[in-house]
Order: sequence, then structure tokens, then C-alpha cells
Amino acid sequence: MIATLVQLLVSYLKIGFFGFGGGYAMLSLIHSEVVVHNGWLTSSEFTDIVAISQMTPGPIAINSATYIGYEVAGILGSVVATVAVCLPALTLMMLITHFFLRLSGNRYIQGVVGGMRPVVVGMIASAALLLIFPAEEEGASFIDLWSWAIFGVAVLLSARKVNPILIIVGAAVAGVVIYGL
Amino acid sequence: MRELFTILWSFLKIGAFTFGGGYAMIPLIEYEVVARRRWLTEREFCDLLTIAQAAPGPISLNTAVFVGYKRRSYGGALAAVLGTVLPSFFIILVVAIFFDQMRHNHWVDAAFRGMRPAVVALIVAPIVGLAKGMHWALIGVAAATALTVWYFGLSPVWFLIGGAACGLVWAARRGEEVER
Repeated sequence: MIATLVQLLVSYLKIGFFGFGGGYAMLSLIHSEVVVHNGWLTSSEFTDIVAISQMTPGPIAINSATYIGYEVAGILGSVVATVAVCLPALTLMMLITHFFLRLSGNRYIQGVVGGMRPVVVGMIASAALLLIFPAEEEGASFIDLWSWAIFGVAVLLSARKVNPILIIVGAAVAGVVIYGL
Repeated sequence: MRELFTILWSFLKIGAFTFGGGYAMIPLIEYEVVARRRWLTEREFCDLLTIAQAAPGPISLNTAVFVGYKRRSYGGALAAVLGTVLPSFFIILVVAIFFDQMRHNHWVDAAFRGMRPAVVALIVAPIVGLAKGMHWALIGVAAATALTVWYFGLSPVWFLIGGAACGLVWAARRGEEVER
């Protein structure tokens, strides 16, 4: 139990500290820690948590921390993971705010941010690849042609700036009709 | 002390009513922090967004720390973070506790089979916009990162460190040129 909590703490500190580029970019990092390295969840369970995070208020990184923490080690686990994912942002942002005026035009900071930008785009793409083609057979998110049809429609709607919650609710209704009836 | 509660209350509202995370939260934060409370000017808020996106961690959380710290130092930062985190923490906890019990329900399972591809689509959609206007070499870096992380299961952390190092070297060399 203690070992699991420590592992949760370490994993989510890492996710918080290297979580550049916001929500979607953090997904590949979270996937790498939670599915690949620790085997706490399968790929499809991971996708479900992303879906739930999309439909509930709050940032995906924090929602997933609370949820996965609970799945792995109960309520204590959810507290540990949530605090861990917030700590790096809290300390780093206080430092940055403190030195704000001196930092904002600094060319080294701009260089670092610019250098990480293509990596962040790659991280978002890898999160998508990981969910479309997971390493293990069991727990795939794409199960048949219907999956690809829903995917295609959702990409088009999202490109037209349709509210993501509506897209997910629509997909849930489609799922009930296709797989439930 | 009263302002600490105001900060907590403002960010509780933001935390409880912003669905979809990150970018969806920005207009609400802007309304509360700039228009309503006048804690920041429009310009300060713009600068803050740049910093919040450059720093690691969720953008909404970074924004909260900045505003809270600026108003009331450590206590303010803590109040703002608690406000942002508490609503989603309790909502997700309740969902997690109940979802475990209905996980194997026939209808719930069917709904989630439909939702999974849509979730992937939401992740794919912004990539095109982000890659647009990027130099082809940088698109190559993005593609290499995506393929290696996906296929070999390598942690993306190494690529972030590598990208940051390249950016640092580039900035230093450009600095030398400017001085010359």
C-alpha cells in the first residue's frame, strides 16, 4: 500500500513537472506513466477516464489524477495523486510570478519554450496514436468500422468548433444505438 | 483575510463551471479576474497567458497561482489553487465511486464504446492547427516524437529535455550574433 502511494506520488510529480503544453499534451505523459510503466490501467480504461474528464468540470490532468489515484489506492490515493500533480505548477508558477518582469522578455526562456513547442505537438499526436493503436490487443478504443465512422464525424465537428461536450454526448448516443440495441 | 475568501470563492466558481479544461476556461477566468474583480489589467492578463502556457502544468492552475500570489502572496496562491481543484476533485471522486459499480452495465458499456473514438477525435483535431505555419523541420521533430513515443513506448520527457536544450543553444548562438 505504502509502496503504491509512493509510486503514485512520484508518477504524478513527474507528470506535473513535465506537463508542458496543457491538457492534451500531458495525456501522452500520463499514458506513459499510468498504462505503460505502472500498468495501473488498460488503454481503453484510460480512454474512458479521458472521456469522463471531458464531461466534468476542471482540467484533464487534475481530473485524471483524482480518478486514477482512486482506482489505484482508494480515497487516499486520489488525494496523493491530486496534490502531487498540482505541487510542481504551484511552486514553479510562484517563482515565475516573483521574477515575472525580468523573465518575460528573456531570450533563453523564449528559446526553451520555442524548442519544446514541436515536441508538445508530437506528444499530442502520440497520445492519439496510443489510443488508436494500443500495444495490447485487449482494451482497444477502435473496435470496428463504426468506431472509425464516429471518429471521422467527430473530427469534422470538432474542426467546426462544435462544443466538445456535445460531441461526446452525441457519440454516447450513437454507441447506445449501435452497440446497445 | 476577506480577500483570501474572495479569491477562494472566485476560483471555486471557475473550477466548478469550466468544462473541457484548459482553453475553455480562459474566457471565464478573464471575466472574473479582469472585468469583475479588476485584479489584473487586460495587458497583464495577456502576458499571464503566455507565461501560463509556457510553464508546465494545466493552464487554469497556472493562472490561478499567478493571480492568487500577486494579490495575497503564498496564502493567495494556495486559496486560488484550492478553489480550482476542489470542485473537480469531489465531482471526479463521486463519479469514480459510482462508475465502478455501473462499469459492466450493458447500456453504459455501449455508450462508452461510442464515446472512445470521439475522445480520440477531440485529441486529433487541434494538431492540424498547431502544426500549421510550422517549419517543415519542426514538423519532422513533432512526427519523430509522436512515432517514437507511440511505437517504442519511450517517455516524452526525454524529447522535452532535448527540445529545451536545442532551444537554449539556438538562443545562445543568436545572442552572440546580435552582439557581433
